[in-house]
Amino acid sequence: MFTPLWLTLKVALLATLFAGLAGMALGWWMSRRRFAGHSVVDAALMLPMVLPPTVLGYYLLVLIGRRGLLGQYLDAWFGINLIFTWQGAVIAAAIVSLPLVYKGARAAFEDVDPRFAQAARTLGATELEVFVRVSLPLAVRGIASGLMLAFARAMGEFGATLMIAGNLPGKTQTLSIAVYEAVQAGNDAQALWLTLVISVVCITVLVISSRLLQARH
Amino acid sequence: MEKSAFKALLVGICLVLAHAGASAQELTISAAASLTNAFQSVGQAFEKARPGSKLHFNFAASGPLLAQIQQGAPVDVFASADQATMDRAAGGNLLAVDSRADFAANALVLVVPASAVSVPQNLRELTGPAFKRIATGTPAAVPAGRYTEEAMAQAGLTADLQPKWIYGESVRQVLNYVARGEVDAGFVYRTDAMIEKDKVHVVLTVPTGSRVSYPIAAIAASKQGALAREFIAFVRGPQGQAILERFGFSRP
Repeated sequence: MFTPLWLTLKVALLATLFAGLAGMALGWWMSRRRFAGHSVVDAALMLPMVLPPTVLGYYLLVLIGRRGLLGQYLDAWFGINLIFTWQGAVIAAAIVSLPLVYKGARAAFEDVDPRFAQAARTLGATELEVFVRVSLPLAVRGIASGLMLAFARAMGEFGATLMIAGNLPGKTQTLSIAVYEAVQAGNDAQALWLTLVISVVCITVLVISSRLLQARH
Repeated sequence: MEKSAFKALLVGICLVLAHAGASAQELTISAAASLTNAFQSVGQAFEKARPGSKLHFNFAASGPLLAQIQQGAPVDVFASADQATMDRAAGGNLLAVDSRADFAANALVLVVPASAVSVPQNLRELTGPAFKRIATGTPAAVPAGRYTEEAMAQAGLTADLQPKWIYGESVRQVLNYVARGEVDAGFVYRTDAMIEKDKVHVVLTVPTGSRVSYPIAAIAASKQGALAREFIAFVRGPQGQAILERFGFSRP
């Protein structure tokens, strides 16, 4: 009971961390630069949100599987094997939740008046200082809501995770997969119980994070 | 113009409804994943032998199929890969009286990827370091997993192999894991291994506590009772048995 919950939180937190860092960087970059193929890159970054999770899972399997395009080298050079591990589940969850952070961050950065950044630059701030002390604080609300959604999405991730990390009780069996298995096995009482747990956790997370956001503003 | 478009729409709706109403000869069959290819073939033969009938197949592990029937899924015929699942259906009074019969038998085999470097000579060698990941079905829902569990208990390997299991949602997923080389070995049915002849290599036939036999039955709630029994008779008849044999199943 607590193993799947703990595992779900661990996977979702780490996935949100990675998706958050990548999503913020990409959102920043895409909001500042215009280049040929800009909209194609934007579409590609949104792809994990619109693709069926099974398609994503299959892509990942072909990519990082033991004999996958990348996986065979990971295995041969470093002895790293991501399939059937919770780290694999983190990769799957991070990729599906990336678009949520990216979209939120990009919109938030685009809303920041460029004159503030310009003013900071004329006062001698470096680009990094402009980002950390001007753009980021002004965009923090949009980013935070993106992170919140990403976390919720990562917690609920199922399809790609099942394909990549499998269903190993105690190792990769997250709450959503535990619910699936309980239903498959006709174990309704356990399915209901797990469903209640995941619902309560999700509501708690959403309430706490919206409180935090309000407190800041 | 608008009027005629409206008329055309009405006619279209009527046609769709009429088509839905003409489903008198349709049968929904929930069958164990290991029966996928064989039953598709049996189904084609049945539709040819009985013009006007249309079969719909729903393939998954026996456990979830039973769970769907328990929840009232509109299924007419159920074929499971073990007696235990069918017993549970019978216990819940879900089966039509006297419609249950065994129609095929199979065997559990140990398979390794065709490219595998280490090939075990017996079950005990699976405890060695060359076999890090071994796949089978989730025992709670997949009969092949349950047969595996029984066999491992019999061989006294349960504790030693515990950390190595990778559980698939159906026996076909286990087959896929082995074929892709994601696991070092796996337990599937003989008939599954035949489907991926080029990618998996059968090492040995595993002695199972209970025989791997497939029961079939009509569902009590079905509105197609007569046709359901006709299909069951066809599966058990000479034509059905010949097809099943071609796919590697043995007589019940």
